[in-house]
Amino acid sequence: MTALTFAGARVVDPAANVDAVANVTIDGDTVTAVGDQREGTVVDADGLVLAPGLVDLHVHLREPGREDAETVATGTAAAAAGGFTAVCPMANTDPVTDHAGVVEQVLRLARDAGHCDVYPVGAITRGLKGEELAEMGAMAALGVRCFSDDGMPVRSAQVMRRALEYVRTWDAIICNHAEESALTGGAQMNEGQLATLLGLAGWPREAEDVMVARDLVLAGGLGARLHVPHVSTAGAVELIRQAKQRGVRVTAEAAPHHFTLTEDNATTYDPVYKVNPPLRGKEDIEAIRAGLADGTIDAIATDHAPHPPEQKEQEWMHAPPGMLGLETSLALTLTELVDGGVLTLSQAIAALSTNPARSRDISGHGGPIQPGAPANLVLFDPQQQWTVDARGLQSRSRNTPYAGMQLRGKVVHTLLRGRFTCRDGQVAA
Amino acid sequence: MIDHLLSIEDLTADHITEVLDTAEALKDIALRPIKKVPTLRGRTVCNLFFEDSTRTRISFEIAAKRLSADVINFSAKGSSVSKGEGLKDTALTLQAMGVDAIVVRHSASGAPQQLTQWVDAKVLNAGDGWHQHPTQALLDLFTIREKLGRLDGLRAAVVGDVFHSRVARSLVQGLTTMGAEVTIVGPPTLLPPRVDTWGAAVSYDIDEVVPKTDVLYMLRVQRERMSQQFFPSSREYARLWGIDRDRLGRLPEGAIVMHPGPMNRGVEISADVADAANSVITDQVTNGIAVRMSCLYLMLGGEEVAA
Repeated sequence: MTALTFAGARVVDPAANVDAVANVTIDGDTVTAVGDQREGTVVDADGLVLAPGLVDLHVHLREPGREDAETVATGTAAAAAGGFTAVCPMANTDPVTDHAGVVEQVLRLARDAGHCDVYPVGAITRGLKGEELAEMGAMAALGVRCFSDDGMPVRSAQVMRRALEYVRTWDAIICNHAEESALTGGAQMNEGQLATLLGLAGWPREAEDVMVARDLVLAGGLGARLHVPHVSTAGAVELIRQAKQRGVRVTAEAAPHHFTLTEDNATTYDPVYKVNPPLRGKEDIEAIRAGLADGTIDAIATDHAPHPPEQKEQEWMHAPPGMLGLETSLALTLTELVDGGVLTLSQAIAALSTNPARSRDISGHGGPIQPGAPANLVLFDPQQQWTVDARGLQSRSRNTPYAGMQLRGKVVHTLLRGRFTCRDGQVAA
Repeated sequence: MIDHLLSIEDLTADHITEVLDTAEALKDIALRPIKKVPTLRGRTVCNLFFEDSTRTRISFEIAAKRLSADVINFSAKGSSVSKGEGLKDTALTLQAMGVDAIVVRHSASGAPQQLTQWVDAKVLNAGDGWHQHPTQALLDLFTIREKLGRLDGLRAAVVGDVFHSRVARSLVQGLTTMGAEVTIVGPPTLLPPRVDTWGAAVSYDIDEVVPKTDVLYMLRVQRERMSQQFFPSSREYARLWGIDRDRLGRLPEGAIVMHPGPMNRGVEISADVADAANSVITDQVTNGIAVRMSCLYLMLGGEEVAA
């Protein structure tokens, strides 16, 4: 193998508590040195940030079932373009990822594509129906660490409690879509003055808060591991903060759209802004940012949710919720949170890589970047301005709410075990 | 005038006055033996109805025909929409056929606004979801002005299921734009979240409001709301928030009772009130034609009205 040295990059490696200019050398699939060495081929990385490859706890790759929206190959190509080396696709495929067969299929498709490591999330219940537990053991045997009916809440407190208890077998994690659906029948957007004026049924914040509160109580009582996905309300942030203080084993994620966009976008009736949970208010954005800053929210996760144009070019109430995220997450975090003074660069990398990897027991990702570690890395230019072009994305779909927006921070290289999955901004074939 | 009539909020007080004044001139056409003027001759108006509404569709159809426009009725039932063609393709089809105005009724809030991105035609919202029904508000304002001589300073109460009512949204905005004082009345469950921001007073007690009201506007309450636990029974609803003969008697002299139809007699309005002398419900229907003629005329910029 020939060594490769990235020279002069600002190495930001929260797992090793490092933020300093250094040279990083890889050989084959492994990091071999961090220091002032210049071994092998030298790649000038002056002005770039070198960090552990990003990790996304929450994506929808749509395969099997909705290959018109995304495939494992296109979704992981989008991930590589966005600087990710590991993503966790949710179980709401068709057929549902509620048995080992679909897990194996997704793993194989990901391996064949080679863009990014994939850690499928298994369903909690058969068919995401919230009634009978899925055979989690068979999925756990394939390495599944987290179970979720994402998109569908586990409504029954009994089923939720059983699931939390059952996965202790593997010390695995339950991630419940936090929506009390009795309060969100027909809901289209955040409940409030704007929903009223637009004539759209409201999704009250309380529907998230009561479900998060229930789950925190259940998980706390059992000592079980709970992950709260796509936190969207100030109330949920505070509930998680308090639970962490009293020792509940909870982790949480927030999506870039929930710390960058507000419900005001709904006035366009453009369903590109329709998402579940919905875009909320400024005070929620502030609370989520504060939660990221103080560690209440561990991870930034995109909830990357591709939909084909004909699905989104419908009446708002008929269009499915969800937006793309993989190719804009890093830049939004840098532009809105780091430039905005909410997070240090090191905190941002922790939220995008180190914390999500640890919270899901994903080894080999998230750093530390040290000799012997797998070379799962991202190099990005934190200053480069670029304009989001929906048609220029790797994703098969185009439903990004950021089209036309100018962002700062662009991925230059992504490496998966030493191999370029994205090189000079271009996804490797 | 405006490009599209999507919401009553698109109209200033001056716009509304212009619509009402024009409607007044056009109303006389109905009194003539030949109820037709050539104003919109050669123009094509498409009534695009994705949701059933016989009365609004007929009202628009008569309005357009009295102005000599060619009228096409495109209803979602029996058209390609029911075969799976979406809003966008329907819009592109109408665009390709070159219609001048599209009158659209849709169960989805915002559909008329979405339509404007795909067509050059003028779009008139004939009711979308819970959002807006601007021509209903205009015909209501016209009727109030006709009966009471003014809008500014009048005391209006809008009673009932404001939450699910596009009529209420449009009317409250129209009334406040024109300087009326509005009180919204109903059970708290049927008032929209943050109704306090609507620029109207709010009351849960109709009996407190009735003696101080010049215009009592009753909204239709759908029985399905009962099964969704918005209120316990239609009997209790009628008792607490309906208008009956007793309450009618406590309205000030000269006050009027309105309803957008179709009525649930015995629920929000008792049969004897519906047929009472100060009920102007059928006038609302009549005036709907003149007001819709006015909107089509002003938006399509036809020839001078032959007054």
